Amino acid sequence: MALLQIAEPGESAAPHQHRLAVGIDLGTTNSLVATVRSGLAVVLSDELGRPLLPSVVRYLPDGSSEVGYEAQARQSLDPRNSIVSVKRFMGRGLQDIAHREGMPYVFDDAPGMLRLQTAAGRKSPVEVSAEILRTLRLRAEASLGGPLVGAVITVPAYFDDAQRQATKDAARIAGLPVLRLLNEPTAAAIAYGLDNASESIYAVYDLGGGTFDISILRLARGIFEVLATGGDSALGGDDFDHRIFCWMLEAAQLKPLSVEDSRMLLTRAREAKEYLTFHGVAPINARLNSGEAVDLTLTTEIFAEISQTLVAKTIQPVKKALRDAGLSVADVKGVVMVGGATRMPQVQHAVGEFFRQEPLNNLDPDKVVAIGAAKQANLLVGNGLAGDDWLLLDVIPLSLGLETMGGLVEKIIPRNATIPTARAQEFTTFRDGQTALAVHVVQGERELVSDCRSLARFELRGIPPMVAGAARIRVTFQVDADGLLAVTAREQTAGVEASIVVKPSYGLSDGEIAGMLRDSMLHVRDDALQRALKESQVDAQRLIEAVSSALATDGDLLSGEELARVEHGIVKLQGAASGENRRQIMLAMDDLEAETKDFAARRMDKSIRRAFAGRNISELDSEVLATRAGETA
Amino acid sequence: MDFNADHFSLFDFQPTFRLDQALLDRRYLEMQSKVHPDRFASAGEAEKRLSLQWATRVNEAYQTLRKPLARARYLLHLAEYDLGSENNALMPADFLVEQMEWREAVAEARAAGEHHELERLHHRLQREMRERHEEIAVLLDDRHDLEQAADRVRRLMFLEKLLADIDDAIAACEE
Repeated sequence: MALLQIAEPGESAAPHQHRLAVGIDLGTTNSLVATVRSGLAVVLSDELGRPLLPSVVRYLPDGSSEVGYEAQARQSLDPRNSIVSVKRFMGRGLQDIAHREGMPYVFDDAPGMLRLQTAAGRKSPVEVSAEILRTLRLRAEASLGGPLVGAVITVPAYFDDAQRQATKDAARIAGLPVLRLLNEPTAAAIAYGLDNASESIYAVYDLGGGTFDISILRLARGIFEVLATGGDSALGGDDFDHRIFCWMLEAAQLKPLSVEDSRMLLTRAREAKEYLTFHGVAPINARLNSGEAVDLTLTTEIFAEISQTLVAKTIQPVKKALRDAGLSVADVKGVVMVGGATRMPQVQHAVGEFFRQEPLNNLDPDKVVAIGAAKQANLLVGNGLAGDDWLLLDVIPLSLGLETMGGLVEKIIPRNATIPTARAQEFTTFRDGQTALAVHVVQGERELVSDCRSLARFELRGIPPMVAGAARIRVTFQVDADGLLAVTAREQTAGVEASIVVKPSYGLSDGEIAGMLRDSMLHVRDDALQRALKESQVDAQRLIEAVSSALATDGDLLSGEELARVEHGIVKLQGAASGENRRQIMLAMDDLEAETKDFAARRMDKSIRRAFAGRNISELDSEVLATRAGETA
Repeated sequence: MDFNADHFSLFDFQPTFRLDQALLDRRYLEMQSKVHPDRFASAGEAEKRLSLQWATRVNEAYQTLRKPLARARYLLHLAEYDLGSENNALMPADFLVEQMEWREAVAEARAAGEHHELERLHHRLQREMRERHEEIAVLLDDRHDLEQAADRVRRLMFLEKLLADIDDAIAACEE
């Protein structure tokens, strides 16, 4: 039981009503979907009982696609159209991709994010990921028997704004309502139920297929606090495969290979890596297209030697994260291992040696993230049981900055700041009569703009002409709980006020996303219209429940007249939701939202007051914990 | 509760430099557990927006009060004392000489890759900063001497920057 009682969450469902929510681990190599059933988090398997979905999408000339094992089985026959490890391309430009010369794809560079030429046409990594998410959504809906209220999707803690935004867009195209993006290491800690422990520091070492993440978490009294994150978004199990592949080329003295042969040998390399987890020696046998036979033996020792630098590369970010958190190895109470690549003995050994303790391994490292995500989704939709409650306080993984004179970066929000967070900055004009001002937002730790990732460029126009330095333009940078940035600007001189909202773009406009949505509908057996109607009915029901439960607890905050208007809004929405007209449902929802706007503000106020009013009692309780809390100070 | 209240009132604290860190931590977590966006995942748009604003506000207040330098600067700001920008000209010569000696020691250790020496400098500097914190507590809370407190705060700003440089040097050694 969580020691800090977090009563009255914002809105909770009627206690007996279970809402369908899932957690999704959208992995580089494999993806999973999990849910909480009868209080237990379980991974949902496909109709053949397989829990994993290989993150492989194969595009066919008729415009359709295959996802998962089907696509994986044919990838060596059709490597060009079989997209593996697409997560590495999310929110990335062509120049960001390591080893791309060894990849069998036809890339297209596009501003912000690369594209892939396939038999089914030009595809963005967002669309490829959406195929994987859609497959998981259909699996979950078939298994749970209804449309999902929401999903929690995990991302590496180290993902920047562009990569997070791309993930959210993929979910949108896949028809998944996103409750929250959750950092993978935090999900792992939730899966382990580490919140039950007394205040302690945990490290989560997550070596996945294509990304490495280290997170330092402080867990106390039902609260998860990410103290620091670090990692390498281009380092993972795939790199170990690549090392074995290179060793094979050298050991067998192979000539340059065809795309198909390369793909096949990479698969052999992966199999050998997995075999070595339980055996000391892995035989590698393959026959190339030319008929030439490859016959090698990889030992644990050789593997450890050729991958030594990769293992060492993971320890640097670990040290950095500890330093960012102001902690040392001795402060770490446990190390959670996540990701299939942590099964490699040399990784286990190196981590154990660095932290001077055996890492935690009780949960399946492939499933641990999906299970944590499912538990979080269950909590967010209000299915949680009383007393089984927790709160995540996340941080932004990379600093946000602005371009200043001479191509330098001025940091506005430092990395590891707790989110949500905001920062307002005042700008002025530097020429007489200047009416526009360019703002360039970047993300990264380096001093030069050219070394950081460009997030958004926009121009503030319509500034009233005045002498240089007289205009005052206030720009606010807001980072939400998902780690996504929104920028608003306000010109506040001489009573002129203009406000704009800029969503950072990474190459996909809203129009393009709409186009992808349409495209995706063409090739899916899903009835789009029926689905949209069902979704708005679910949304309407959710809003009705939220408002009704708010009225039940805080109805006294409304005057008789206000109450009548809100109740009328509910009845109207109920009527609309029982019909088939989607537009009418949306309109009735908008009306009810508008009618409850002030009510929401009053409730928030009351809730905060209550935090103080209840304090005397809770502080008495806390005296018992004072020694423990004192250690934090 | 007033959204625009000062950071101290937000957590029901008196505006003093000395503060009960454990109590601040606890109140911060209590407030976040009420206002955090995760509490409103299935709420309406209006409530989601409010929750985002409040959670941002609470984070800002906590981050300001939690760190001694930020807290001291904020107290001066509340007292409408203009700290001015960091400016060498404002600092006494002996302090600047001392700073130069520090920087030379860091640069030497960094060039020689002396990891342990850098760690030692880091701890020595932290001790020195703690002493400044004690002084600021007396100046702000007991003597209400803004002038002198501002002097210590300016020194502390130099020291914080120095600490960041030492940590960078340690990081460079490890790479």
